[in-house]
Amino acid sequence: MADEHNMRRVTAIKNGTVIDHIPSGQALKVLELLSLSGDTSVPVSLVMNVPSKKMGSKDIIKVEDRELTQSELDRLALVAPDCSIAIIRAYSVAEKLNVNLGEEVRNVVRCTFSNCITQNPREPLPHRLKVTKTDPLTLRCHYCQRPQDLDELIHNLL
Amino acid sequence: MKGLITMDDLTNDDIHSILDDAERLLPVARGETYLPLLQGKILGNLFFEPSTRTRMSFETAMKRLGGDVVNLGDVKTSSVVKGETLFDTIQMVDGYTDIIAMRHPRQGAARYAQDAARVPILNGGDGAGHHPTQTMLDLFTIQQSHGTLEGLTVILAGDLRYGRTVHSLSHALVRFGCRLIFASPELLRMPPEIVEDLREHGADVTETEDLLGNINQADVVYMTRIQKERFADEDEYAKVAGAYKLHARDLDNAKSEMVILHPLPRVDEIHPSVDSTRHARYFEQAFNGVVARMALLCRLLNIEVPAEIAGGDA
Repeated sequence: MADEHNMRRVTAIKNGTVIDHIPSGQALKVLELLSLSGDTSVPVSLVMNVPSKKMGSKDIIKVEDRELTQSELDRLALVAPDCSIAIIRAYSVAEKLNVNLGEEVRNVVRCTFSNCITQNPREPLPHRLKVTKTDPLTLRCHYCQRPQDLDELIHNLL
Repeated sequence: MKGLITMDDLTNDDIHSILDDAERLLPVARGETYLPLLQGKILGNLFFEPSTRTRMSFETAMKRLGGDVVNLGDVKTSSVVKGETLFDTIQMVDGYTDIIAMRHPRQGAARYAQDAARVPILNGGDGAGHHPTQTMLDLFTIQQSHGTLEGLTVILAGDLRYGRTVHSLSHALVRFGCRLIFASPELLRMPPEIVEDLREHGADVTETEDLLGNINQADVVYMTRIQKERFADEDEYAKVAGAYKLHARDLDNAKSEMVILHPLPRVDEIHPSVDSTRHARYFEQAFNGVVARMALLCRLLNIEVPAEIAGGDA
């Protein structure tokens, strides 16, 4: 009932994506991560700090007329690895997707260390961050091995 | 093992076996015996940053074993200055050589080069990252002095923040159950992620600013230079320059078998009065760079070092 009530805090969407179970307070980061914070071409609804049985409290985002791509899902894993995603078509859930960080984040984000070899934008090998822990999420650059500051990392999206 | 980028590329058994090879190669390194194990092989020396000992000892090692060397030369006159990427430079040298030794100012460059290359890469230093071939010669010198690598108390002193030699060495020593004392000014402490890594591997690590007060516990004191070139700010360098100056009179209470190592060059952190004490080992250590790199070149090129070498009763 709580979940249903939460979903009705904003109007149902006809087509688009619902991102649920975002850790409380992280929704604005998710918008930034998906480059939706300055995008005025699609309607975005956002609820923050609503009650959740699973998480205590959570954020939810609804994006109209847009279905998230795999590369966007990979990005999302950086701030909301446990979120759930529903693709909505004609007011119904057409697909449920999960974010899966895997063992490595490849070509999603650039290492935050200013002296890493990957700072040269002309170097062609892929940007690779290894997942060394999932809880809390800890990432290290494959090349320079520096641990990554997650708050800084979202500004380094490719 | 393809290349040697960090000490994680070697198991403890690999380390022991390479040090054994190095021991047998001593008469070859001294020029007493000629053993052309690497005849027909070419080493590419890619030093994008200044180097004296590492570059020269790689070159000597290759030539003592009958191999040949091609050099990148001065970076200012190479294609790097024209904006060539590391990837492209490696593609080119990869085609010319059988193995590459490289030093680069950017951290992670050696791993990047290994991902781009077909031939093995020997990391001769990547920014403030790793310097595993230096670690192998350090371990060889420690084993020569103490007959073992196990369970020693080692002080690492000076610039622990930017000093890549101490980063690689501390990771290796912990694997042999050594107790580590990190002595540095606050500004130049060992990076916290490295200390955390070492502790996760069960290391007994002490961090202190007091070098002299701990010398009596040490089996090895590993001094390092405070590297002016790593500081963006001259004032920051001035705050820590000359923080440690080891003098012969500071060694009165040291264990008799304690040895002092230094990757060199030194500035003023070891006074020349120490050179003539029984503790000084840094010049032998520099010579050992040749023999350790000979053993590594053979290992990465899959060339077996003979069990017996003429004149090899060193």
